[in-house]
Amino acid sequence: MSPNVNRVRVIALYKELHRLGRDYPDASYDFNGRMRRMFERNRHLTDPEDVEKAFKLGEYIKNETLALYSLRKYRALKRMYPEEGA
Amino acid sequence: MRPSAVRLLNILVPIKRTIDYAVKIRVNPNQTGVDTNVKHSMNPFDEIAVEEAIRLREKLKDEIKSIKVVTIGPPKAADTLRTALAMGADSGIHIEVPESAPAPEPLGVAKALKAIIEREEEKGGVDLVIMGKQAIDDDAGQTGQMLAGVMGWAQATFASKLVVDTGKKEASVTREIDGGLEEVRCKLPVVVTTDLRLNEPRYASLPNIMKAKKKPIEKISASDLGIDLTPIFETIQVTEPPKRTGGQKVGSVDELVAKLKEAGITAVKS
Repeated sequence: MSPNVNRVRVIALYKELHRLGRDYPDASYDFNGRMRRMFERNRHLTDPEDVEKAFKLGEYIKNETLALYSLRKYRALKRMYPEEGA
Repeated sequence: MRPSAVRLLNILVPIKRTIDYAVKIRVNPNQTGVDTNVKHSMNPFDEIAVEEAIRLREKLKDEIKSIKVVTIGPPKAADTLRTALAMGADSGIHIEVPESAPAPEPLGVAKALKAIIEREEEKGGVDLVIMGKQAIDDDAGQTGQMLAGVMGWAQATFASKLVVDTGKKEASVTREIDGGLEEVRCKLPVVVTTDLRLNEPRYASLPNIMKAKKKPIEKISASDLGIDLTPIFETIQVTEPPKRTGGQKVGSVDELVAKLKEAGITAVKS
């Protein structure tokens, strides 16, 4: 697999995670800082299996963060607009 | 054998840019309103409306001819339109008002939407309006009903389920009402307002946001539509709710009874 393909994938994943990280509810958690350090730690990976594993971890974090945001929003809205008494 | 003529539907989704749901609201020093120098995003009920329109298209495919989103707001409201386009809407209409203008009222919004719908007549008209049941900033919950009124259309509010039959030009809506659910069937065109439990909106991913930049947004002003958005109501004062005073702990039932008596609560004669 040409290194270019992976480069495009990595940049796309980074941009997506960065945009997600801006909305992280806990300001003291530095989502984007940690995320960047994780990317930097993996920059020298060459073995395709390791590269795929790193991608999977990135996608996993993306999905978990999205689920966190969804759940948080859902719970907040449910509290703000409770179901009428049954 | 020719299939029966299927009506192609045009869906209009009005959306509103409101203060983000997670922001802690602060009353401004003049007590005339709240601090608006905070994060804004699409009204969550309107996100549900956009999502429902897109799901209708996923279900009915080519029978949905267009999904248009419209908003009334300052220049920054265009970002809200872009989010809707990124979720899957086809095009947007931005009725731009100045940054300093007071927020439009439900009746004004309904009249502006009526003007938009009449404008759309030459492009095939609007068959279905899906919008949030209320906005989280004013919680008015009036615009959908007023729009149906000025248009003389059917309305199905607080929808928790929407099924559209393009052949029969009908919509079956399950409504959340006190005490349970109600199912109504309406002839198109119809105004549907969304309840929280209708669906869960999708996240607009970065690739979709990039694609949405190519989708058209038409910019017009209220005067182009011949509508005056000047508020009829005057807000006299905005205050925070009274602060909760701390609860008290008591050591025994006798102490509780004594405290209740102190507060002026007496026993009911049995």
